[in-house]
Amino acid sequence: MDQYTANHSLRRKISELDYDVAIVGAGVVGCAMARRLTLDGAKVIVLEKASDVLDGASKGNSAILHTGFDAPPDSLEQACIARGYREFLEIFQDLGLPILKTGALVLAWSREQQEKLEALIDKANKNGVNNVRMLGKKEILKREPHLSNQLFDGFEVPGEGLVDPWTTAHAYLLQALANGAQLLRNTEVISGKFDGNTWRLETSQSDVRATHVINCAGLYGDLVNHRLIEESLFTVTPRKGQFVVFDKAASGLISSIILPVPTKTTKGVVVCRTVFGNVLVGPTAEDQDSKTDASTNADALKELVAKGIDIIPQLANCEVTTAYAGLRPATEFQDYQIRHFQDRNYISVGGIRSTGLSSSLGIASYVSELIACDSLQGSKIKNPVIPSPDRLSEYHQRDWQTADNGGIVCHCELVTRREIENVLQGPMAPATLQGLKRRTRVCMGRCQGFYCMAEVAKMTEGLFSSPIALANNE
Amino acid sequence: MNNNSGLPESCSVAIVGGGTAGLALATELRRQGIDNVVVLEREKDAGGIPRHCGHYPFGIREYGRLLKGPDYARKNVETAAKLGVRIFTETSVTALHPNGKLSISTQSGLAQLQAKRVVLSTGVRESSRAQRFIGGDRPLGIITTGALQSMVYLQGIRPFRRPVILGSELVSFSAISTCQHLGIKPVAMVEENDRIVARRVVQPYLTLKGVPLFAGVRSPKIIGRERVEAIEFTDASGNLKNIETDGIIVSGRFRPESALLRMSHLEVDPGSGGPVIDQFGQCTDPAYYSTGNLLGPAETSSWCWQEGVKTARRIVQELSGPQHGTSKSVRFKISDQAIAFVVPQRLTLSERPGGMTQMQVGLGKPAKGFLEAFVEGKSIWKGRIDSRPMRRILMPLDVFLQSDSDQPVEFSIS
Repeated sequence: MDQYTANHSLRRKISELDYDVAIVGAGVVGCAMARRLTLDGAKVIVLEKASDVLDGASKGNSAILHTGFDAPPDSLEQACIARGYREFLEIFQDLGLPILKTGALVLAWSREQQEKLEALIDKANKNGVNNVRMLGKKEILKREPHLSNQLFDGFEVPGEGLVDPWTTAHAYLLQALANGAQLLRNTEVISGKFDGNTWRLETSQSDVRATHVINCAGLYGDLVNHRLIEESLFTVTPRKGQFVVFDKAASGLISSIILPVPTKTTKGVVVCRTVFGNVLVGPTAEDQDSKTDASTNADALKELVAKGIDIIPQLANCEVTTAYAGLRPATEFQDYQIRHFQDRNYISVGGIRSTGLSSSLGIASYVSELIACDSLQGSKIKNPVIPSPDRLSEYHQRDWQTADNGGIVCHCELVTRREIENVLQGPMAPATLQGLKRRTRVCMGRCQGFYCMAEVAKMTEGLFSSPIALANNE
Repeated sequence: MNNNSGLPESCSVAIVGGGTAGLALATELRRQGIDNVVVLEREKDAGGIPRHCGHYPFGIREYGRLLKGPDYARKNVETAAKLGVRIFTETSVTALHPNGKLSISTQSGLAQLQAKRVVLSTGVRESSRAQRFIGGDRPLGIITTGALQSMVYLQGIRPFRRPVILGSELVSFSAISTCQHLGIKPVAMVEENDRIVARRVVQPYLTLKGVPLFAGVRSPKIIGRERVEAIEFTDASGNLKNIETDGIIVSGRFRPESALLRMSHLEVDPGSGGPVIDQFGQCTDPAYYSTGNLLGPAETSSWCWQEGVKTARRIVQELSGPQHGTSKSVRFKISDQAIAFVVPQRLTLSERPGGMTQMQVGLGKPAKGFLEAFVEGKSIWKGRIDSRPMRRILMPLDVFLQSDSDQPVEFSIS
């Protein structure tokens, strides 16, 4: 009996659509939640209203694994980041996930910013991040010779690192799925009733019965709370963050993550590499009402490029590869809003603003402990199946470096035919080009599809809900 | 011949990129008696961009016949192969190393190739939407003309029915005929400049095809959730305009495909986007040459063919001619925003014959007046200029070769 079947036979018998836990939303928090609770022995179903996972706030972020050095001390956010960070370092190797331990430099570019450094270092120490260290201008420029010499000074946070924002979340969910969890996409939760023991959720597909419901709906967290528990715990005001991505040639210009010192007037932008070998500049911070408008704005993008050049002058000679915007599910509260309604078997996980990628494993463990009080029936999975994730980091071995890869389809990102075919036939096959891009990086490079779009259109014919090419009779 | 097995470990000349310039160069090398000439092409077929230009006119100069792009590309491949050029397809060069060593990836894994001389002829591609700072949503249906052409001509598929063409270069007009091939009907051409970028003689083509032109627009913004739904912009008279459409063809603004170059030890010219070369086409590592559209402007196939042939002769001359040793070189510098680039970017002062006799000048904005060259503040040459960006401008080089100073030559427009 293989591992997969063994885990299944250990489970208690329940009818097809009966679950211990229904997780609403497959963003990074929902994915980590599904993994944690599945490994804890729960029978989990994940309900995602979009046609693919990571379609909301988790679609666009800065891909930094934070230590939480600058989170508000004693906050739930700080606790979850710290815990999430630790847990990531425990599991990333087993899951085959990349991390670049670049460290970060928090740099002051004015007298005003310089005056804030000491308080930030105090905060880091309070948050248990004790290896931060002041650096003089000379030392910083020695380490990062391409930085503008306009800088004052700053401090280093050696623990900060770069991860793959999509593969990381995919791997969490894939591990949940491989160990018995279920994922329903195109499944929006419309309403729900709790009868004192069990939830019955009405969805846009079929009804789902579950003992517990966990709302990880991110940008739609307030809406789901309304629909299920008729409570207004918080209101999500999406905060848009636009980013500019520079071509891989820029990656030689910087090693550390360059973080700003926030002041009253401006939050400042981050400049960092990505695990895919690019350089990222962003984000902006724009409050808006729309939960869907992730449009970019030419003026904002030009301003980001200019800011990038202020920090690293040689970026002026580098090409822009692409630009995108992400929406952070900010609320009227500073801190995360995680509420457990014990009498209703309901947990609302809200306000995971911009640190979700770093904190998701921590949030999942925290919630798992909350539910454990309600005694889940299953027992922990001892040797969970570990799926093999996509390997897309430019700083680790890629498929094009190995034999029988079927040849390179996307030349900019060096994506092979085998990689694309594996993903299209995989357990969580994408239904959109966006989804295929996140899983393979195809069409994500500097040419944005000039060379490979036609081939990708052909390879995905009949597989996407929204096809790249129209049918011939259309 | 078309495969990637049997890749040698060494060769005399390795050509990276089997488009028009690369094949012309390879062919000429063989005609001049150079053995062991290898072309490395990452696509399934060599031939380059003309492969998906299903229109005339190609090949008049080279073959004395009027050919469509794909036939021309095929003929270039056949001519080279017949003369013994070894063409390896689906073979990607992944890194350039000093002294002509290449890292290569094929279906069967990694390989290395040591060449006496390497020629970079990776051509051009169009700027993406992000490179042009076009804001808005990111739905399906935004593609470059190049992607459209390969979809239509190579795969026979349609990405949309009623697209808007962004840009008004010659390639933007060619997009209209590509669309027609599969019954796609462009609904508008949108250009940020005050007038079309292509020569005015082509403008009546828009009327003929019933495609309205919106020139002088500001802040174009793409709208659409899953697929493109509209494009919004401020028109020339300041009104907000919204055009319903299901696709955007992002056309033109060709940039050298310089990814390999930028990741390498070779110097890149930020102005042209291509390598820094001297009048022999030699890069800052003399084991590397470059030719064709990678040098900067998007030129015609016929031009690329001729440049390939000329560069081949320079390589033959260097490999078989007398040694000239190390010589002084002079840098060209641009001190005027109206000038986007000059190619070559430096001159090697030596007795070696056969270099370029003219330099190419690319303008950043329309200019009328004199192009003037200074050495140490002293004017040493000037020539009349009246042109626009994206036009071929040639200026004589010989005057700079006679210079006995190795101080940089600075160019400006007065």
